[in-house]
Amino acid sequence: MALKISRKMLPWIFLAPMLMMIIFSWIAPVLLTVYLGFTDLSSKNFLDFIRNFFTENVHLTLENFEKIFFAKDPYVVEALTITAIYVVSVLSINAIFALVLSIAIAYFVRNEIVSMLLRVSWLIPRIMPGIIYALVWNWFIDPKYGLLNTLLKFAGVPEALLPESWLLSPPYSQILMIVVNGYVGASFGMIIYTAAIKSIPTDIINAALVDGASDFQIARHIIVPLLKWPMLFVISWQTLSLLSSYEYILMIWGSGGGGGYAGIARAAKVMVWSLYSYSKAFAAEEHLYGYASALSLILVIVGVVLIITYFKIFGFRRLMEPSRIEV
Amino acid sequence: MRKKLKMPSIGGKTIILNVVKYLLAIIIAVIPLIPVWSMLLWLAVQSFSGRVILGIIPSEVTFKNWRFLWSPIKMGLKEYPNIWPVTLNTLFLALGVTGLVVFVSTLGGYALSRMEFKGRMELMQFIIALHAFPSIILLIALFVILNNLGLYGKGYMTLVGIILIKAGLEIPMATWIIKGFFDAIPWDLEWAALVDGCTRWKAWRTVILPLVLPGIGAISIFSFLSGWSEFLLVFTYVEDEAYYTLPVLIYHMIGEFKFIDWGMLAALGLFFTIPTIIFFSTSQKLLLRIYVGGIKR
Repeated sequence: MALKISRKMLPWIFLAPMLMMIIFSWIAPVLLTVYLGFTDLSSKNFLDFIRNFFTENVHLTLENFEKIFFAKDPYVVEALTITAIYVVSVLSINAIFALVLSIAIAYFVRNEIVSMLLRVSWLIPRIMPGIIYALVWNWFIDPKYGLLNTLLKFAGVPEALLPESWLLSPPYSQILMIVVNGYVGASFGMIIYTAAIKSIPTDIINAALVDGASDFQIARHIIVPLLKWPMLFVISWQTLSLLSSYEYILMIWGSGGGGGYAGIARAAKVMVWSLYSYSKAFAAEEHLYGYASALSLILVIVGVVLIITYFKIFGFRRLMEPSRIEV
Repeated sequence: MRKKLKMPSIGGKTIILNVVKYLLAIIIAVIPLIPVWSMLLWLAVQSFSGRVILGIIPSEVTFKNWRFLWSPIKMGLKEYPNIWPVTLNTLFLALGVTGLVVFVSTLGGYALSRMEFKGRMELMQFIIALHAFPSIILLIALFVILNNLGLYGKGYMTLVGIILIKAGLEIPMATWIIKGFFDAIPWDLEWAALVDGCTRWKAWRTVILPLVLPGIGAISIFSFLSGWSEFLLVFTYVEDEAYYTLPVLIYHMIGEFKFIDWGMLAALGLFFTIPTIIFFSTSQKLLLRIYVGGIKR
């Protein structure tokens, strides 16, 4: 009997540390975000709250959500617009550009060494530490020392079209935001797609070649249809992470602008929803933790809904092996 | 293989198609890489030269840009923290995350791979779901938790708190990766050890563990690099300059130095990237396997 209990207990002994860490880093903060979203927590009553989570100085309120949904905070609409532009543009880079890129790298380029070199090069934006990525971009766009404006002039772009500062002049800053994140996203798409292309059985492609199909026809009629699932995977995965990603924006605009990321991001119109939430908590003078949590809570809900949807669409197995090809 | 099967086609059309094909490949796959390559080139060239033309053509070789290694960094009246304690902080964070992640996820991954228990499937789904869930929107709540535990503004204890959080955020993915390595070990091997009279614990330690060492290596490198380059948690939770890590120091220096001293910024950037370069050049295959298998933006 004793042995039986211990056999049942054993897995949980092995799992206990993992479960504890997950509760600490994921579950507790999610629950806390839900709670905080309904409070007026700010720097005024923060210390009381830390001592006692149910202190009378912190009030339960729906005001945060009124501010969001009834446009009492005028900036919410702008943040939403910027987020929409951001997500849709970067997503199309991820899904479509990365697809063409992968076909070019993994199918059109037959030389193994060249193909490998290109793949590694395209991985760089993704594996480079974020702050270094921010540093090199800050140099690249620098109007005086950087290379971007010189390259563009060389490519024939008239000087009048070039901005004084890529960081601060709105349409240009938004283009920059999309491109910077687009490289990282294209990296991600490329990893999945090239792995998938490489796993297409060669007989299929050879058969088409024997029948006299050109490489373009093969790409269009064989490779693309087979990449349906990996594509769907990339799109859904990226939607979720783009909705909440603001790290690169914070690092590039914050460091380039001398540390005060909130003002700069707002002026440059690159303040996406998640960054807005973050800045309300940590950069605003009153530290509106409650309001910021409400903003985050919306993303948490969107995230949970999307994840459940993905499980429904993909099933568990496909979600684990994104680059598997089903012929 | 493919080439041999190809029909010996003559005629203008094929040639044109081929030209179009390679032109397309160059426009799509090579031209957008020019910024990336020039950025890397700049980082390397600028860090060892004084004035550079267009950022990539050096004019003189100098080690002046690396002066932060032996003398304090000053900007007007402001003196930045010395580089070595900051490097030590970064190392402390990275190693802490690595140790915790390896210990916890090896245990968890083994149980998920090898043991029968109620709710195993659900737990695996939950881990995959966490893996997809964007953790950075939890920063505010984590800040409250850190404060509540009394770890905010407490020097090294704050860094310990950050280690706990960071490790916790990495664990779902690391567990998943190491589970894959356990899955690849044949059952029979473990059976044989058990039949020979090993206890499960002993079988785990003497038979299984050595076989998953590559997997442990992979998650060690992976979590070391992710701890080493962690920015947001330290940026948000550490106020005292003495406990900055390198990414946060670099962040604060870019804005100040970008008008006068790109050379030092490039040198500092290169200094910080050394571990990444080392790991990627020595264990590229291992890391690619992770980047292909378990992906997180």
